[in-house]
Amino acid sequence: MPADLGAGLGLKPQHYQDALAASDAGLWFEVHPENYMMAGGPRLAWLDAVRERHPLSLHGVSLSLAADAPPDPAQLDRLARLAARVEPALVSEHLAWSAWGGRYYPDLLPFPRTHGALARIAANVARTQDALGRRIAVENPSHYLRIDGHDWSETDFLAELARRTGCGLLLDVNNVHVSACNLGYDAAAYLDAFPAGAIMEIHLAGHSRDGADSMLLVDSHDAPVAPAVWTLYERLIERTGPLPTLIERDDGIPPFAELLGEARQAGNILGAQKATA
Amino acid sequence: MKGDLARFQDGFLRALYEGADGAPASIPALSVQPGFAVYRNTIAKGCIDALEANFPTVARLAGSEWFRAAALPYVRSTPPVSVSLMEYGAGFPGFLAAFPPAQELPYLPGVARLDRLWIEAHTAADGAALDAGALARLPAAALGALVVRPHPAARWAWHPGLPAYAIWRANREEAALDDPLPWTGDGALLTRPESAVRWREAGKGACAFLDACAAGLPMAEAARAAMRAQPGVDVAGLLAELISAGAFAAPGTAPFPP
Repeated sequence: MPADLGAGLGLKPQHYQDALAASDAGLWFEVHPENYMMAGGPRLAWLDAVRERHPLSLHGVSLSLAADAPPDPAQLDRLARLAARVEPALVSEHLAWSAWGGRYYPDLLPFPRTHGALARIAANVARTQDALGRRIAVENPSHYLRIDGHDWSETDFLAELARRTGCGLLLDVNNVHVSACNLGYDAAAYLDAFPAGAIMEIHLAGHSRDGADSMLLVDSHDAPVAPAVWTLYERLIERTGPLPTLIERDDGIPPFAELLGEARQAGNILGAQKATA
Repeated sequence: MKGDLARFQDGFLRALYEGADGAPASIPALSVQPGFAVYRNTIAKGCIDALEANFPTVARLAGSEWFRAAALPYVRSTPPVSVSLMEYGAGFPGFLAAFPPAQELPYLPGVARLDRLWIEAHTAADGAALDAGALARLPAAALGALVVRPHPAARWAWHPGLPAYAIWRANREEAALDDPLPWTGDGALLTRPESAVRWREAGKGACAFLDACAAGLPMAEAARAAMRAQPGVDVAGLLAELISAGAFAAPGTAPFPP
């Protein structure tokens, strides 16, 4: 599959022209499908134009796979139609919930990783993959709460989810760093325990402190990738070999060239691994 | 019988929106942690950001600070229904109309409705517009019985009593308002020729004509509705103007409303 995907960027509307013109080898773009679930109009036309030049990834934020209910069939249908239109190289979602009782809460909400939750989420992932006719990648979210009642560690939970459904995984290294700081565990040990064979994509992003006097880091996507996250990433790629890697930025958007610089930094790390492989 | 995961979700949301009283035993232990506020803040910020993006004219007229403060009670009481956040805020114009601090700016609800119509026009299905030639080829007698439907991206609104469209347009175009501004009702037609949303003033008659077409009535009925709404209106001129704006769907194009 996406062997030709190197380092990619989240596609921002203000960067459409730059994205069209960019020509780095292996460059690809990722969008939230929710922003393109309309009937027609210029936004879809822009996306089509970018897709003509570059591989595209659909990174969902709202399918609510970790809710105690099947994914909304109408939403699955809209996602399937968008995927049929743009033929993405990758489709991904989160190990989290965001919709419940007919309402959408725009965040990635946590849950106790119980045996029951695993059964439900495996069913939801299977239903999604059936609706799309393809394998999806499921991403580790950022954590801010100590939750009692987990039956599984997150890495074991994800490995078992991949085993049961055949899904792939999206490893967000920034989320690992943020969660490790917030919950007090070792990010490197988490990465070592992560089922590397199932990884389809890696995310890198910036984070910020939740207020000057707070102990919490927030996965805010409003800053460059932090040095500590680059270090974790480099160490991970040494173990796994090159993997499609995306730079995420959703707030405080800098000029395109600055984001491309971060993509090239990731590309250099991937290239170094390719060279030694 | 709800499962553990469902009960956790119910309790988590109740603690986010109302406080942890009555939640399952596991929830109060979460809601006292500093991290709980991260979720509350992220959801509120996501909803307010979406509203500010969806109602840019309202936000510019009232100021971002005022807008975000006004949006907070709305997002707390009305979480999104659709995961497509461009659709969020269907009830926001009505909320503003009843929101006491907005009473000093009585045109805000009308301006908000126009922002909403802009998004609807921007995201509507693609399709060819009816061209004047198609009508010109018809015998005059057939015209009255003809049913033409609004283009999928056509939206229109008449605002009685105050010039919401004049205020909206001046802000969108960064143009000066007429001084003095005639304080009377006005109307707008939004269309999307060549992939960008365009707007123009629409009289009460034109809006009534389009309402009739949207209801599936033939041209003769639409013309009568226009004349009732705006006695003495030049129906032929109005029709020519609507066609040149691209307000009607070409035959075979799925119209608005679907």
